[in-house]
Formats: sequence, structure tokens, C-alpha cells
Amino acid sequence: MNKIQQLFERKNKNILSVYFTAGYPELESTNEILTALADNGVDMIEIGMPYSDPLADGPVIQHSSSVAIANGMTIAKLFEQLGKLKLSREVPLLLMGYLNPVIQYGFENFCRDASAVGISGLIIPDLPLREYRLEYEVITKKYGLSFVFLITPETSEERIREIDNLSDGFIYAVSSSSVTGRATDESRKEDYFKRIGAMNLKNPVVVGFGVKDKATFEHACKYLNGAISGTAFINQLTGNEKSIEENTKTFLNMFR
Amino acid sequence: MTNHPDQYGFYGKFGGAYIPEMLHANVEFLQKHYQEIIDSPEFQKEFEYLLKDYAGRETPLYYAERLSKKYGASVYLKREDLCHTGAHKVNNTIGQILLAERLGKKRIIAETGAGQHGVATATVCALKGLECIVYMGETDMQRQALNVARMEMLGAKVVPAMSGSKTLKDATNEAIRDWINHPEDTYYQIGSVVGPHPYPDMVAQFQSVISKEIRAQLKEKTGTELPDYVIACVGGGSNAAGAFYHFLEDEQVKLVAVEAAGNGIESGESAATTQLGRIGILHGCKSLVMQTEDGQVVEPYSISAGLDYPGIGPLHAHLFDTGRGTFLNATDKEALDAAFELAQLEGIIPALESAHALAVLKKLDLKKSDRVVVNLSGRGDKDMATYLKYLPNQNG
Repeated sequence: MNKIQQLFERKNKNILSVYFTAGYPELESTNEILTALADNGVDMIEIGMPYSDPLADGPVIQHSSSVAIANGMTIAKLFEQLGKLKLSREVPLLLMGYLNPVIQYGFENFCRDASAVGISGLIIPDLPLREYRLEYEVITKKYGLSFVFLITPETSEERIREIDNLSDGFIYAVSSSSVTGRATDESRKEDYFKRIGAMNLKNPVVVGFGVKDKATFEHACKYLNGAISGTAFINQLTGNEKSIEENTKTFLNMFR
Repeated sequence: MTNHPDQYGFYGKFGGAYIPEMLHANVEFLQKHYQEIIDSPEFQKEFEYLLKDYAGRETPLYYAERLSKKYGASVYLKREDLCHTGAHKVNNTIGQILLAERLGKKRIIAETGAGQHGVATATVCALKGLECIVYMGETDMQRQALNVARMEMLGAKVVPAMSGSKTLKDATNEAIRDWINHPEDTYYQIGSVVGPHPYPDMVAQFQSVISKEIRAQLKEKTGTELPDYVIACVGGGSNAAGAFYHFLEDEQVKLVAVEAAGNGIESGESAATTQLGRIGILHGCKSLVMQTEDGQVVEPYSISAGLDYPGIGPLHAHLFDTGRGTFLNATDKEALDAAFELAQLEGIIPALESAHALAVLKKLDLKKSDRVVVNLSGRGDKDMATYLKYLPNQNG
């Protein structure tokens, strides 16, 4: 069992996961942010690998990605940083990014090195399900990594079942058809959460996109297993003089 | 080789649909239905009618006598520059707007670089009374102010893409994000043979009217349908796809794709993707992509705003990979020279993009008996500001 699976064994309600972009605001911020998030009690962390053309992301994550690339962040650099990371407690870490940089690194090399630095799961939204099944599943399994798929309100029930069968960590429910950081329609969101919750999937479902405070977090957790917040955290890290530790505390207090 | 990709949109190892789940339902629907819609007699009837009476097809295949004499072969120009809106782009936008209409979409979005596809999209949206939003890099909006004005006069809203390098690549990202945010009412009209399957195949089919006409016209003029060479410029590659399409299976026809070398392949300021790129993923398809060692897409350069794209359509990547296509390139300087040469030998001012295709005539080892078709994809009106800068040198 990897750390994601262990987490959901222990706790399967109110999971709070936080996303941030590696190399933002500074190249060396990565481990400082991870430490602050772990010390302040988050359940799971998604580390964004910056990409020049992040087409599923809104302006905030795009901007953090451009800054991170300009700072010199690469996959190799990220692995080097993660190799030195020591967290105070066990928190599952996932890498999230786009397929192109990953295949340039080499998919198997990527999985091997990610696993070696303590990564438990991958989220690569533009890796097609069919190719995952044909080519990549065997590799992620070999290195004990959970591959996490996205679903949206437009994803058919049949496809959700297929994704559920392929998944061994959790499913990432995008809370509206929208890029990250965009406002969403509340009543439609509720229907969607209810519908997914009622499907009795074998994997836990975590809500992403549009989660920014206690109310949106609790709303997601009412029907599903937890939520991921990214844009709101990056906003918190931006444009003030406070330390990463202080900003992380301020941010997490909004959920409590 | 055949001109169709496999059922997943692959031409050999290039193509596919590398899209986030948010676009899956829309793209899958298109994949399942585009061919039956396009093939329906009712669609074909309206498509042919609009190509003829609205866009002004067929376009002439002109025997360029003085150019032929200069290069020692029979050179024919396929006059896509005479299409309504000034370039081949309208062939595709007519096809796609008819598709969007049949899908019941009310809101049309598009990306544009130089503005030609944006103008062609705004044109057909006006024709059909549909809302039109065109994403254009902020830098390109400044460089191509006239085309911005044309789009606005046609009733379109032009939205500046402010991310990244603020050019075509970023405008495409913004258009895709818009589509993600409006999955129900919006149709994304892509301007080249790029993007997730089925776009590369769909756009190639709409542009294939170019080679269909070339075959018929050549037969009428010379008694045979097959030229020795077809030459076309390639950015994403829509005019080249159209000009090559009906010759792909005729192996004796040499297909010459001309990329923009910018200031030279090795200069760091170039857009010659097959020379500088390697396999990667951009805007939803696997193809050749200009990128850094760690997979960040780089910004290309060419004097021609229609050719500075850091990728190439998957059909072309496959033509390059298999050797079916010959990939040459022309620098800014060579393209400018070719533009002035055509203007003064034949009285035709070509678009800067098309001038790249003309520029390789001198690089081919042509025989007197060779029949060469150059796809003159667009006219040069939009490039006059650039040509003006070089006018004193050329005439002095």
C-alpha cells in the first residue's frame, strides 16, 4: 500500500489536500512550502510541475508556472529538492503536471525517480485514458504510484465506472467544467456531488477547482471524501511580505 | 500513404487527442460524428455552394510564364490568394461553421496569429449570424492592427491573450481555456491542421478542395492530373495539407513543404519545426514540437506571423518522418526576395507566408519538363507594412 492508500484507510472524510507550484515564488520555496503544509496538518499535497502551456489552468496557476520556469524549475531540479526533503509527519505527495515535460524526461525514468523521492501518486490531466491503459499503467504500477484521473459533470457514468476500475488512489472530481480558479454555479455543483456520491465508487472522490474556504470545503465534504485547494493557496503566497510559514497558517485557518 | 488518420487520430506515431477530461465529452462527440455530418449530401451541397458563390472558388491554376522561364520548368500558381478574405483560410472556416451550425452551437471561438484565420472566422460568423470571439496574442494585435479592425468591423470580439509570449501559441491556449469554460454552447474553430483529433483530419478535408481542383485543372491544361512537384509553406500546415491531400497516394508527385527559417536555422530565431523540434505534445496532439530539453515549448520566430508556430500538424510530422514529404526552409530574406520577384515578374503580390514557398524554386533541381505547382496561399495586402520597409533596397 502506498501512502495515499494508507491515508484513505485511516481517514476517508474531510481530506484536505493542497496544491502549489514547485519553484514558486522562489526556486527554493518547494521544501519550505511542503514543510509548512505538513507541519500545519494538511492530509495530502499536490506538487505542480510548471509547464509553459498549462491549458487547463487559470491565470493564477499560469502565472505561478511562468515564474517558476523563469526561476529555473525543472523536473530534474524538483527531484533533487525532494531528495533532501524531511517532513515531520507522513503526508502523501503527488506530482501534478502536463504530459510533455514528463515524456521528455522519459515516462519510466520519471516514475522511477518520483518513487525514489517519496512520491505516491501522479495527476497528468492530458494523458489520455486509453493510452494510460495501453502503455503507462504497467509502469506506474511497477513503481507503486497511484494514477489519479479527473472527472467532470460531463463525464458519462460508464466512463466514471471505467476510471474507477483503473484507479487505486482516488478520483479527482472537477467541480465544474472550468479551468482552475474560476467561480462555479452552486446548485449544479451540489447535484453533481450528490450524483457522484451516490455512485458508490470503490475509490474515494476528492473535489478540485473552486475550493477556497471553510464553506466550499465543507460543501464538497458533505457528499464526497475531501477537497483540493490550489489557486487560493497560490494567491495567499503572492503579493505580501509574510513568510511561507505565516502564509500557510493564514491559508489553512480559512478552512478551520 | 493514405490521407486519413486511424480511428484514434494517428498518422503513424503522430496525432491523437491529448486533452484534459474537461474537453473529453465535446471532443469525443466530434470524433464520433464529424465524418457522418461532413459526408451528408445536404452538408456537401451547402459547402460547395458557399465555396463557389461566397468564397469565389474554384480558384485559378495560373501558368506563370515569366517565372517558368526564369526557373526552367513549368510553374503553376494555385491562386488561393484570390479567395474571399484573401487566403485559403476561408475554405476551412466555411466547413467548420456549417458543422458548428449542425451541432446547434451558438458561440464560436477561434485563435489567430496574423489574423487571417480570425478574419475568416469573423466573416463566416457574420454570414451565419453567430457570436464570434477571437483570441489573439497581445503582441500580434499590435503587429496586425488592420486585421483586428477587420474582425471588429465584421462584428467579432477580439480578446487579447496576455499570457506567455502573447502570440499564437498563447492565443491557442486561451481559446482552449474558453472552450473548457463553455463546454455546452461553444464551438472551437481551429485554424490549422493541429489540435486534438478530429481537428487535423477535419481541417485537412476542408482544405482538400485545393488539391482536388489542382488535379482537375492540371488535367485540363496538360492532359495529366499529376504534377512533378507541389510546393506549399507550412506553419501549422493547413494550406500544405490541402495542396498535398489528393496527391498523398501518388508517390511520384514530390510534396515539398517549406518552413520558415527566420534568421536562419541556427540563429536561435527560427520557426523550422522539423529541423529544430522533436516529438512532443502541443495543443492536444502529439507531433514535432520546438521545445527546451526539459519539455517547455519555446517561442519561434519568423517575419511571417502565419508561420511562427512552434509545432506542425501531425500529418506533416508523419510526412517528414516517413520521407513522403520533402521539408525545405526559407529565411526571412529569401522570402522577401521571392515576394518582390513574383510581384515584378507576374504582377502578383503574395502573402509573406506564400513567399516562403516561392523561395525554394531556386533550391530545387528542376528539369525543363517538370510541372511545378506552388500553392499561393494568400495575398500580400496584409504584409504591405513589412514590404514597405524593404522597398528601397529592392528597387535601389
